Amino acid sequence: MSEDHALFIKKVAEKYGRDPTRLMDILLEVNARYGWFSEETIGHIGEAMDIPRVKIRDKISFYTFFSQKPVGKTVIRLSNSVVEKMKGAAEVARAFEDAVGVKFGETTPDGAITLTYAQCIGMSDQAPSALINHTPVGNLLPEDVGDIVEAIKNEEDISQLPQALIDVNLRRSGPVVFAPMDAGTAVRAALKMTPEQVIDEIKKSNLRGRGGAGFPTGKKWEACRNVKSDFRYIVCNADEGEPGTFKDRVIMSERANLVFEGMTIAGYAVGAEYGIVYLRGEYEYMLEDLKRILEERRKKGLLGKNILDKKDFNFAIRIQIGAGAYICGEESALIESLEGKRGAPRERPPFPVEKGYMNRPTAVNNVETLCAAARIMEQGADWFSTIGTEASAGTKLLSVSGDCSRPGVYEIEYGITVARFLKMVGAEHAIAAKIGGPSGRLVAPNDFDRTISFEDFSTGGSVIFFGPGRDLLTHMKQFTEFFVEESCGWCTPCRVGTTLMLKEFDKIIEGRATRTEIENIKKLGQTIKTMSRCGLGQTAPNPILTSMQNFPELYEAVIKPVDYIGTFDFAKAVSAGAEITGRKPHSDEEANL
Amino acid sequence: MAKPLIATQHLTSCFGCHMSILDIDDRILKLAKMVDFDRSPINDIKEFTWPVDIGIIEGGVSNDEHVEILKDFRKNCKVLIGIGSCAVANSVPSMRNTVPLKECLEEAYLNGPTIVDGGIIPNDEDIPILLDKVYPLHEVVKIDYFLPGCPPSADTIWNALVALLTGKELEFPYELIKYD
Repeated sequence: MSEDHALFIKKVAEKYGRDPTRLMDILLEVNARYGWFSEETIGHIGEAMDIPRVKIRDKISFYTFFSQKPVGKTVIRLSNSVVEKMKGAAEVARAFEDAVGVKFGETTPDGAITLTYAQCIGMSDQAPSALINHTPVGNLLPEDVGDIVEAIKNEEDISQLPQALIDVNLRRSGPVVFAPMDAGTAVRAALKMTPEQVIDEIKKSNLRGRGGAGFPTGKKWEACRNVKSDFRYIVCNADEGEPGTFKDRVIMSERANLVFEGMTIAGYAVGAEYGIVYLRGEYEYMLEDLKRILEERRKKGLLGKNILDKKDFNFAIRIQIGAGAYICGEESALIESLEGKRGAPRERPPFPVEKGYMNRPTAVNNVETLCAAARIMEQGADWFSTIGTEASAGTKLLSVSGDCSRPGVYEIEYGITVARFLKMVGAEHAIAAKIGGPSGRLVAPNDFDRTISFEDFSTGGSVIFFGPGRDLLTHMKQFTEFFVEESCGWCTPCRVGTTLMLKEFDKIIEGRATRTEIENIKKLGQTIKTMSRCGLGQTAPNPILTSMQNFPELYEAVIKPVDYIGTFDFAKAVSAGAEITGRKPHSDEEANL
Repeated sequence: MAKPLIATQHLTSCFGCHMSILDIDDRILKLAKMVDFDRSPINDIKEFTWPVDIGIIEGGVSNDEHVEILKDFRKNCKVLIGIGSCAVANSVPSMRNTVPLKECLEEAYLNGPTIVDGGIIPNDEDIPILLDKVYPLHEVVKIDYFLPGCPPSADTIWNALVALLTGKELEFPYELIKYD
């Protein structure tokens, strides 16, 4: 066994040339075979790769799909993000526990099934949802759970279950991403221009990054092109992890060709010969389809050497699968992860366009941005800039979930008011909207006349609606718990600050807070926002801070009009000591104020 | 007009913050002109003579007597200041917070490597009863100001007191509030 074990790992390592930057792939393959990493496995990997065990442990402990404890043959990861909770994840969880016979976090004694929770798995539009190994299942009802568990026990093909039929849920196609397309048209149009002209055209179109930050794409490409280097890279960020977002799921299943088209054009523009798609681990079930599409493109001469007979234009694409870490959606963390390390964000500057993947200039673009860039080549910058508003050209994909009658993906023109959008999705009765997911802001009805655009409500695409009767403060707490969990732990303001913030917020929710706690949270939130190293910490206080700003009445209703409420419980604190000594403590009563 | 009154107390700590108060050197003469001292370990007055204006507490709360003292201070001080890391965030004493109290005492008095012939957990009515953990002051009573540092330097303490006594704006040069 042990010899086979070592041999298998050695073969996997050799397959990737024992390249430490491909450690993620090696771990994924080893994980696929053994399901978890024993110390023996870690030792074999270390030997095969000639790297210290601690580096491997460091990586394994970072990603949720890797475990250092034995897990069942089938791992059920039930998503318990906020939207999933709103849609009844707790009842489904109980049904799983009853059917499997163990609690969440445990494995059946025969080693068949492990139950565990996951963050958002990109299925909020069909919540409650879960990943069964790599197969997503959605629209779960407690009464279906028995059949699903039965199917797992009988080793049936999970992907044939009715719950495994993923709805595309594309509710509205717009002119940019979801308009019809032919593979090759955009690349052909781009190759008629010089790389500089391509960049100029993108600049002229006013295209800005769709991941959330909104950096002008043309400027990014130009900066990347202008840095002197032997190699350059294009990275497509398909690691959407913001709870409530699933637009990349729909793009990758419906318009993968447009994404690859965009990457190829980016490669041509900046002078890169190599592109990598970083696909979140939750979407691994799409991998085979995507590889097939890449192969077709190669056959058509749209990838490879001398693309479309353009001399010396070579471009190749590979897909890197992630292993479950929200922070890897941050571009510098993503690059770290691509290089085989844990996904901790880098210090910036230098920005990835100067020193990115392998310390070479790298243009990291969102999936949706690349689609838009391809479409601009096809239709022209002038056409593109007539869509949307002056400062926000084009369309935006919004992933809509929560309390609305038509959840799914909508391609809307920038500049649409929240009110109009509410009608479109069937959320007329919403009491609040979380625009931009957990890291975005909580918007109150009196702001529903404002617009979704870079100049007003800017968003990476997650829009979660809350209907009448929802306890908003509890949901803000759940969002904050998400950040506590996902903080990579590198910098203190984020690692410690988010936990402190949650503790103070608990006091508010439990009705043990005064105005002091409100002021403390505001100050603490400001510190976390300004002192954190990356976007995670810089936006982590948003659920609480924006709800304080836009829903002050919720807080006024629960805070107490007194000067101070202590958290100290004398009787509880002294009980252990009193028991050990067998004595009666100094009475707390007489000293009480 | 009578001079403002100051009281000080140390709880679970090393007394380093009080040493830092004394470290204001000859400025203590100026301080003596500005204030009168009431209850304090420095003058060994053990009870409040009367309510005071400013109370200064060093250290965290780790036994039943501390709770009583702290509440007594809150009752008798207009302004209460927590000074030093132990008072603000418990610091070194809180290293025991991760171990249950019983285990802590057993390790120290029954099972430790230096224990000969069994040992005994000290238990006398004059010894206060330990709490399950060490608590920072602000979880027990309202604290008006915090002066962090281990210890806060004499200049930090001096600047804070002068600002409080004169009503002038508090200014800390960067070096005084930089801790790494």
